[in-house]
Amino acid sequence: MISQIITASFVIALAIGLSALFFVGSNFILDRFLSSESLTSDMDRQRRDKLREGIRPWIFVGPAVLVLVVYLVYPVFASLIYSLQDRNANGFVGLANYAWAFGNDGFQIAIRNNILWLIIVPTMSTAFGLVIAYMTDRLWWGQIARTLVFLPMAISFVGASVIWKFIYDYKGSGEEIGLLNAVVMALGGEPQAWISLEPWNNILLMVILIWIQTGFAMVILGAAIRGVPEDTLEAAIMEGANNFQIFFKIVIPQIFGTIVVVWTTITILVLKIFDIVFAMTNGQWETQVLANFMYDQLFRSGDIGRGSAVAIVIMLAVTPVMIYNIRRARMENQ
Amino acid sequence: MQSANKLPLATLAKHATVFLLVLLWTLPTLGLLISSVRDKDSLTTSGWWTALAPAERNEVFRTPTAEAQTQSGDVFIIEDRLFDEGARTLDSWGQRPTDLTANQAGDVVTLDDGTLMTLTESGQFRWESDEPFTHSRGQRVFYISQVPPTFTLNNYEEVLSSEGVGRAFINTLTVTLPATFIPILIAAFAAYALAWMNFPGRLWILAGIVGLLVVPLQISLIPVLRMYTGLSGIFGWEAKSYGGVWLAHTGFGLPLAVYLLRNYMAGLPKEVMESARMDGASHFEVFRTIVLPLSIPALASFAIFQFLWVWNDLLVALVFLGQGEGKTVMTAQLVELLGSRGDNWEILTSGAFITMLVPLVVFVSMQRYFVRGLLAGSVK
Repeated sequence: MISQIITASFVIALAIGLSALFFVGSNFILDRFLSSESLTSDMDRQRRDKLREGIRPWIFVGPAVLVLVVYLVYPVFASLIYSLQDRNANGFVGLANYAWAFGNDGFQIAIRNNILWLIIVPTMSTAFGLVIAYMTDRLWWGQIARTLVFLPMAISFVGASVIWKFIYDYKGSGEEIGLLNAVVMALGGEPQAWISLEPWNNILLMVILIWIQTGFAMVILGAAIRGVPEDTLEAAIMEGANNFQIFFKIVIPQIFGTIVVVWTTITILVLKIFDIVFAMTNGQWETQVLANFMYDQLFRSGDIGRGSAVAIVIMLAVTPVMIYNIRRARMENQ
Repeated sequence: MQSANKLPLATLAKHATVFLLVLLWTLPTLGLLISSVRDKDSLTTSGWWTALAPAERNEVFRTPTAEAQTQSGDVFIIEDRLFDEGARTLDSWGQRPTDLTANQAGDVVTLDDGTLMTLTESGQFRWESDEPFTHSRGQRVFYISQVPPTFTLNNYEEVLSSEGVGRAFINTLTVTLPATFIPILIAAFAAYALAWMNFPGRLWILAGIVGLLVVPLQISLIPVLRMYTGLSGIFGWEAKSYGGVWLAHTGFGLPLAVYLLRNYMAGLPKEVMESARMDGASHFEVFRTIVLPLSIPALASFAIFQFLWVWNDLLVALVFLGQGEGKTVMTAQLVELLGSRGDNWEILTSGAFITMLVPLVVFVSMQRYFVRGLLAGSVK
């Protein structure tokens, strides 16, 4: 244990030191060897200065660009090619992997579930976040309430899965220790093995992500609500509008842009959802989702072609958002 | 403020609704925390919400034999304790298992043979007889007692040592610290260049980074893994190493890091930087002495993001580090335990809480920066 801690500390220090050394060192080398101070003629100096300052930006952005190309840009194209190849990425098989996927039960269930996740999770998280943000906005204990709702954001999906699996626990004999079954029994119902109860188990898995993401929606929308001009609210109160009318007719229209952003952000997260399904059911009982299906293809069946095809499907799903973002960013920076 | 002239009922309903929602969001974690400090037996037999109520237990006690008797005057006495003082309280007792409520605690009961037996609430046992006791085998007494709630840290001890979570904790730390620091460093330089330096292709890189923000990391798993395997074949490195995970996390975290930091740095006052440049400071000096110190809030925001993300990550660690050779991180270990010890809630709850502890502390203590980062990252 002790030796592991020492090794770990050493490795950590080495990694951090080396990366810092790169930037300090490369800038030092640049200043040292492309200095214009030793030159006599003004023309030479200017040329040297220009060369040096032309190189420097690439020292600054170079590592970032390199890492991005290796870890994100190249993989997109590599995956595209793998998806057209066989299980060992050797022979070209055309669209066979895609044809296989769309005819596969697991894939179809995954697509169905991903669509359900996409409809339910962003909508519910945004709705809960909006309601909580609005209701706690002028509450004297609102800050505490918001912190408590926000807290699950810090919990890993796996940790949250343990928390909720405990709630959904089913023993079938003796006293039920799962909160959900205890509530059901207190209301006079029969305890259920929730995790394997199709199709409701899908909803129960979604609850976990809603529980985590509501805090995110609440914080962003809370800030937007605070930005709603005071005079529009006051005017509404003067007109005799009640809280519901203010909420639906004044607040929501003014923060609608933010609602869309929040909804989109959660949507992208949902498309990639993996950990919760992996930890809770591993796709059994018809709870499969795309990311877990891909993991299955890759690491259980060892099929690079099919795994890549599923990855490309996930990629295609986020592409519209990507194009929209790039367009907006280019417009802003023009 | 608005509610001042509203019906108190509406205000009350609002408080109640918020309270209910907060309760709904808090109870799951609370249940986990409470369960993790209950002892194994009560955890599996009763819900965590009963943790503070004393548990009722039926037990049996065998009296000492005649050898234990003492004489006081004409009376022969056998005394003993049923349980340690304070360990539980006795409700009632009987001589047959079907008759647990026959006698109350403190009753002086005359048995069939004329002897007197008393069991007190605190567990004192006293048996009196006018004749000497002769039995060589103790008599059985059945009783109901209330066990006060007990809390223990044994679950934590077990999960840290024998279930490998302690080791996994160190592994997670080894993954997380460099995987947080390296992208910050790389991103800070890139962000400065994109905000304040002029070079061809700047806008293209910027647009590219915005596009990469949403690329799902699933797309990178196979190509990067194959690249690692290929490199390990050429150079003899390990294909699954900490270095590989750090760089992978760096790659996946970099778009957001550059995006956040670039936006922040672009908003810094232009005059300060221009005057420093006029005075002959190089870009590196301006970056190091002016921009970096001014950007600390943004750096902190991203650091918390990346720290939480890496600490809580499962997929990247599973793929690039695997689940063996002593490199298992906590999330992977927890999934492993969910599979192998699925019904041992004392292990799962305490294990899960250990994985949550550090993120919760970081989160609560630096919530302000986290919120600022969230706002900068999404509302743009």
